[in-house]
Amino acid sequence: MSTTAVATNSNGNAQASVKLPIYMDNHATTPVDPRVLEAMLPYFTGRFGNAASRNHQFGWEAEQAVENAREQIAKLVGATSKEIIFTSGATESDNLAIKGVAEMYKEKGNHIITAATEHKAVLDTCKRLEKYGYRVTYLPVGADGLVNLDDLRRAIDDKTILVTIMYANNEIGVIQPIAEIGKLCHEKGVLFHSDAVQAIGKVPVNVIKDNIDLMSITAHKIYGPKGVGALYVRRKSPRVQITAQIDGGGHERGMRSGTLNVPGIVGLGKACALAMEEMPEESKRLAFLRDRLKSKLEQNLDEIHINGTMEHRLPGNLNMSFVYVEGESLLMGINDIAVSSGSACTSATLEPSYVLKALGLGDDVAHSSIRFGIGRFNTEAEVDYVADKIIDTVKKLRELSPLYEMVKEGIDLKKIQWATEGH
Amino acid sequence: MAYSDKVIDHYNNPRNVGTLDKSSGQVGTGLVGAPECGDVMRLQIKVNPETQVIEDAKFKTFGCGSAIASSSLATEWVKGRTVDDALTIKNTDIVKELALPPVKIHCSVLAEDAIRAAIGDWKKKQGVTAPAAVEAVKG
Repeated sequence: MSTTAVATNSNGNAQASVKLPIYMDNHATTPVDPRVLEAMLPYFTGRFGNAASRNHQFGWEAEQAVENAREQIAKLVGATSKEIIFTSGATESDNLAIKGVAEMYKEKGNHIITAATEHKAVLDTCKRLEKYGYRVTYLPVGADGLVNLDDLRRAIDDKTILVTIMYANNEIGVIQPIAEIGKLCHEKGVLFHSDAVQAIGKVPVNVIKDNIDLMSITAHKIYGPKGVGALYVRRKSPRVQITAQIDGGGHERGMRSGTLNVPGIVGLGKACALAMEEMPEESKRLAFLRDRLKSKLEQNLDEIHINGTMEHRLPGNLNMSFVYVEGESLLMGINDIAVSSGSACTSATLEPSYVLKALGLGDDVAHSSIRFGIGRFNTEAEVDYVADKIIDTVKKLRELSPLYEMVKEGIDLKKIQWATEGH
Repeated sequence: MAYSDKVIDHYNNPRNVGTLDKSSGQVGTGLVGAPECGDVMRLQIKVNPETQVIEDAKFKTFGCGSAIASSSLATEWVKGRTVDDALTIKNTDIVKELALPPVKIHCSVLAEDAIRAAIGDWKKKQGVTAPAAVEAVKG
């Protein structure tokens, strides 16, 4: 399926060659960095031991590799290695943090606070707890995508045991005021969990400075393998306790049983070590590419809308609505580029993105949205190819769009009585 | 999602894209769907007053590839037919022709609605009480 194309821009000028298809959906997942893979490989075959085997060389080697990875992860986020618990990924980490705290602290209270734009791994976990009698407050966000600290302050009551707010959003890349949220939680004596999968390795994350008590981490968003993640659990001020959700051999200090995925853990550790080294430079490069994409689109298209604040945002993220063009039809026209859309037509539920709706966007704008996730392996030539292709396709689809024509004729679409029933 | 070759063909080469003069007595305009639902189709027909044959048809659609293909196909099918004959086009015919999956059937329903709305609008202009199921949306 892979081909090489000499991309030409809309002026017909040849540009640097790019390999098709182009992957620009790095919030969904990332390819494994070859250096990560190289670090992992020995642990599939020669060094295949069980890290829990205490009485032979094979076990010791595996355990040493796991402890080395634990150090690498802890170092990236300002934690100590004993505070890192390995899991199967961030969905499990979110479940373990939220359910584990809810169960452990149920004598203290039954109230949890989260936000409307959280990942489903958090929202659905909270919904499950509501069935068990817990009370959950879903904080709204502003048009910028940010949680309001006063809303949070007002929501905390004497039954609140946990606040769970993501570090950076997976759709709009917006970075929450995490340090302030954590500070407020600590003042009120409430634990603070953050799903940080999109932020780690992209922006500086420090559990001490950010006042985080529990934090979900995954490997596959930072050029590591899928199926391995971690949960940071603070050991002092405060010492956080969680009830295990998977019972068994008592691995991970009793918090998460199950034989450790040694190659995966080695990969996660290596991915963190690389991020630690390369983040300062990489984030600059990603922001440059993202801004280049944004300005090309803005210069060549009218009626576009940036979703969420640009001020507090991941460097590789751009979420844009091409108003009067439906997202799925746009994806169809750019089928040699992998990006995502908030359009209902691209989701299993036929509902447009709940994250974009939480920003107060109309369904019509949500239907028109595209998420670009620029990552480590994207090049300037790819960004230029993507920009040109989007510009051409949006222009073509707007020629086809009755809405665009009506707006250009000065008709106010909101004043039209649309026949919405039955669709 | 995999699209059928016919959907891709209509998407890449949409037939009869454009706008007819909606103030003309010969032209009927159907505007169906809603922006918040992610689909809006505008289908226009130009009818010969003598023969009642649809001599021209144009469309513009905001929607997914299947919605674009359904409306593009609808314009092809109504052209050359009489108004009454065009009313016999069923959404299921469109589903079959374009091999639409179940999740895209609503696109074909919308295209049938658009045909009916355009014919209804034309009939109204002729002073006939419109029997068509869907009324044209006022622009």
